[in-house]
Order: sequence, then C-alpha cells, then structure tokens
Amino acid sequence: MKLKTHAEEAAEFIKDDARTHWHDETLWHVRSNRDRSAQGIPEWETLRDTASATKDYVLSHLGELLEQFEANAKANGVEVLWARDAKEHNEHVYRILQENKVKDIVKSKSILTEECGLNHYLENKGYDVVDTDLGERIIQFAKQTPSHIVLPAIHLKKQDIGKIFHDHIGTKEGASDPNYLTEAARQHLRKKFVEANAAITGVNFGIAETGGFVVCTNEGNADMGTHLADVHIACMGIEKLIPRAADLGVFLRLLARSATGQSITNYSSHFHRPAKGKKLYIILVDNGRTEQLGREDFKNSLKCIRCGACMNTCPIYRRSGGHSYNYAVPGPIGSILSPGRDLKKHSTLPFASTLCGSCSDVCPVKINIHEQLYKWRQVITENTNMDTSKKLSMKVAGMTFGKPVLYDLAGKAVRTALKITPKSLVYSSINVWGKHRDLPEVPKESFKEWYKKNRKQ
Amino acid sequence: MTSKEAILAAIKNNKPEATPLPDFLTFPEEENLVDRYEKGLTGNGGKLQVVNSMEELDAFVKEHYSNDLLIASLVEEVKGNVDVSKISDPHDLEHVELAVLKGEFGVSENGAIWMPEKNVVHRVLPFIAQHLIIVIREETLLTDMHRAYEKVNVADDGYGVFIAGPSKTADIEQSLVIGAHGPRSLTVFLIRK
Ligand code: SF4
Repeated sequence: MKLKTHAEEAAEFIKDDARTHWHDETLWHVRSNRDRSAQGIPEWETLRDTASATKDYVLSHLGELLEQFEANAKANGVEVLWARDAKEHNEHVYRILQENKVKDIVKSKSILTEECGLNHYLENKGYDVVDTDLGERIIQFAKQTPSHIVLPAIHLKKQDIGKIFHDHIGTKEGASDPNYLTEAARQHLRKKFVEANAAITGVNFGIAETGGFVVCTNEGNADMGTHLADVHIACMGIEKLIPRAADLGVFLRLLARSATGQSITNYSSHFHRPAKGKKLYIILVDNGRTEQLGREDFKNSLKCIRCGACMNTCPIYRRSGGHSYNYAVPGPIGSILSPGRDLKKHSTLPFASTLCGSCSDVCPVKINIHEQLYKWRQVITENTNMDTSKKLSMKVAGMTFGKPVLYDLAGKAVRTALKITPKSLVYSSINVWGKHRDLPEVPKESFKEWYKKNRKQ
Repeated sequence: MTSKEAILAAIKNNKPEATPLPDFLTFPEEENLVDRYEKGLTGNGGKLQVVNSMEELDAFVKEHYSNDLLIASLVEEVKGNVDVSKISDPHDLEHVELAVLKGEFGVSENGAIWMPEKNVVHRVLPFIAQHLIIVIREETLLTDMHRAYEKVNVADDGYGVFIAGPSKTADIEQSLVIGAHGPRSLTVFLIRK
C-alpha cells in the first residue's frame, strides 16, 4: 500500500474552505490568549529558561531519577511497572484489570495511551473504555482520534457535536447549544464515573524526589474517576519526570498559560499514596524514548510538556487539521517525534512546516522545534527516495538555510519572482502547500534591506 | 533482562552529557494580594466573597441552600446535614449539593487554593458536590506558585490538589461552559485579617 503524504492527507480537510478558515481562526484565537497571558508575566523568559534547563538535567540524569522515583513510589505503597513498548504497556494494563476483576473503566485524557493504542487493544479484549474528557468522549463516539493534544475535538463544530450526541446519548435533534450539550454529557458521564471499577489517567509530571505525580485537568474528570474507582492506573512516559516537587512552581506556571492562556488548570492533583483500601499503579513507558534520547539532534524533543502551543501557532497545522498528521501527537512536535518511530511512514511530516520558527518561539521549554524539523528533512532526504521535485527544493533550501548570504539573495529573487511570475507558474506543482492558497503579498524590501536603510547610525 | 534493566541500560548508552540542576526561582513579594487573588480566581470562573467573619459564611449558606438539600461541611462554623466522617464509601456522596471546605492557602497569581487530603476526608468530595465553597484566610495569600511549593510538602498527605475554579470545559467550539463533571460553582470566602 502506498503511504499517504501529509499533503495528501490534508487535501481532504482543506476541501471545505470555510471550515479550514474557521479552524485556522479558532486556533489563532487560542494562540492570542497564550500571548496575552505570557505577556502578563514579566519573568516569562526566565521561566522558560529554567524549565528548559531543568529538563536538560532530567534527560542527562534520567536513569538515576527514574530509580529514585520508583523507590519513593514503592515506599508510598504504589506498584511500579516498566514497559519497553506499547505492547508491554497494554499487557500490563490488561493484567492489572484482570487481577482486580475490573469490568468498567473510565479514562482521562492520556496522549500516551493514545500513542499505545490502548483503547483499541482493550476493546478487542472485551472491555468498554470510556474516555471522560468531554472532547475525547465526543471523538470516541464519532470513532475518530484526537486531532489536537489539548483540544481533542477542535476540528468539530457544535452542529457536528450536536449530531453525535443525538445519535449516542439521545440529545434533541438539531440541538447545538454548548451548555445544553455539556449538561447532557455531564449526566451521561456521571453514571460512568459511579459505575467504574478502574480509572486510567496520564501523568503531567512525575516527581523523582517524592515518588508522586501530578495530573492537570479543567473538568476534574481525572479526579472523579480515580477517587471513585478502586484501582487507579497512571501511565507515564519516562521523560515526564521532574527532579523536585518545587520544580512544579515553574512548570505549572508555564503549562496552562502556554496551552490556552489560562493561568493554571482548575485542578492540579498531586497523587502520592493510594487511598485506604485502594490500589495505585504507575506504568513507566519507554516506547522509543530512549532511542530518541540517543539522537543528538532530536533529544530535545523529549522535553515536551504537551501544552499544544506549537500546534496552535503553526500555520500549517491550523490549515491542515490534526488528523492529516496521522500520529498521536500532531503538529510541529509530532513531526519531530514521529519520524523517530517510523521514518518511512512519517517521512513527509517534517516537510509540513514553513520553518517560520513560530513553534520554537512559543514553546515553554524552548525546544528548537523548527531546527529539528529542518534536520529531519536532511535525514529523510538522504534515506528515502522522495519524489524529485521535493528533493530538489530541499536541496535549494538546504543550501540557502545553511548560508545566510545565499538566503538573502534567494529571498530577493523570490520577492522579484513573485512580482513578475503568474501564480500558476510559481505555485502549482512545486509547492504542494501553495495549491490551496493565495500568493502572499510581496513586501517591497526585506526586513534586512529595510533595516539597513533605516537604522540610526 | 527485565524491562526495567533494558530501559535503564538503553538510557545509560544514550544519555547526553550531564548538565546542572537550576536553582529554585524566587520573585519579589507582591502587594494588593487580595485584588490579585480575585482577578486570578474570577479568570478561572470562580467567585470571591471577602468577609470579616465566619458568621457571614454561615448566613450565606443558610440563605442560598435550603436544608432539604445535602450539605457536607468540614468547617466548624457551618453546620451541614451530611456527616462525612461517618461515610465509608465515597459513592455515598453522589447526591451532595454543597461541600464547604477549608483551604490551606491561596495563590494570588492564579486563584489556586491548596487542598490536602486531610481537609476533604474523601478525595472525591470537592469534585462530586454540585457546588463548592472554600474558606481561606487573607493572611495565607501567597504571591506565586514558587512560594506555594516552598510552603507545602506535597507528599505529606497521600493526595492534595490545587483547586483554582469550578469544573469547566471549552471542548465544544471553544465556548466556555462551567460545570462539566464536578462542581457547577466555586465560591471562595476570604476572611479578612
Ligand atoms: S513542543 Fe513545546 S510548544 Fe509544542 S507541545 Fe511540546 S512543550 Fe508545547
């Protein structure tokens, strides 16, 4: 079977012009909220630097920190399991469910379980897994996957959701009022919370120093699930560690502000010991992370705290939708993580970027996202038989990005070319991204030229 | 080789060069903490009532919640009609209308309140109640999250949570809806110095 390129996947999404615009604007609005919020914190850049340096420390001491985390968690009465890959992770979950004779499971948003294909695996074993984050429940009904790591149903309009709810939980036909629909979901999910014997959650931050972990939600769904069920399984990527509890001061200040602009999620829950008579498990998952750690150029991607800011700001993501990435983590960061998992399958994702650098600018842990995308392009160009037009433009890009003088010249040439070349010539076949877009307005001079002319002596 | 050994071995082989752990950050203490706190809280969808005494809280509860609704209070001055300490199965809290709890301290930059397990008895209480009232004292207000983590040992209790607002969602076309799974409202009573 021929693998689909990102552009081919996106073609479906951008067929609906109005929807593409709406998606673009909605995410831009979230990005603007992030800006306002970040600008309200004078020490924002210090926070980013510190978060980034803390994660550098974590990556360079990962082994010790994991052992420390495990020892402390065990001392707290938590059972700790290790999983090399998705398969082992899923098997652990299954065994725990069997041992505890669990029938009904509620789950709170966990991108890791999505990465591992847990729902699908458990459903094949006869379990009904109920996603409880409202956005996730919506797409679960619709038999889709999340299109965004923080806003899983961002690609759907309220009319779509009204229809989905009408079909699955019997809301009135044609109803699309968010208040009404949320209330219906509340009633439906309350029942699931009360019935569930086990709750599965992700982990936002694992604390090596204390052996505990933090889960952040706005809906309180992780808490409703875990505190009512007898068994709590927390699934955690090994890179989610932080050294000390007090490091959370930095990370909790950055996370929600970067994600949606809010100052903090309404619930930041710290789990250390199981409640009396209950069981708490933590599964530490590798699934390609140690391999990524060894890739000098890409190891920084493991600092990601999954805020989604890079998606909200990415001009390609906003116009192509999360599903076009065909990976659990879409957008700029997903385009770095996915080729490490399967170079061939995800070979076109690093090209789904303008390399404008906006992703790197907003990233709260200062991952050099656009540089890594550029590096993947080189790796991929060397390792695959990409079609020649792309290879050629890559070569040109490679030359120009590598040499500032050439880049300036190329910019000048393009600015001239844009002015004199008919649209069809410049955009049609060479640049797949130009297909559905207008030409940009041509600036008369580049910033550099302008600066030279206008700067004070 | 166990999976643990395999993962640790892979880390050892692939680990980048050691970098130092940054120091903790501190920023200057801010003024007008009550105003800032209110801004933080209302930004998250909560409401603030600044009062002089606990009697005002009691009066508020009596006025807004009739006694035929289930009220679970863990604040001495407010009498509820559900004795939380006598409940062994948290499912029995399903129909609680209002929970009244005492918070340890508030963080003015974002409205969050630290709520350790010992203040809620049942972890699910602040989530399962239809409405939530939390009482904090003005003198506990802190400037930011750095100070918050200086103050609390998060591992003291088995569980603890920063509560910063009512349960909310914006998953349907980004429209904010208060009351997703947990409380439909959060009112914070701040007792003046
Ligand atoms: S890469 Fe940075 S901006 Fe993107 S999700 Fe991760 S932390 Fe957020």
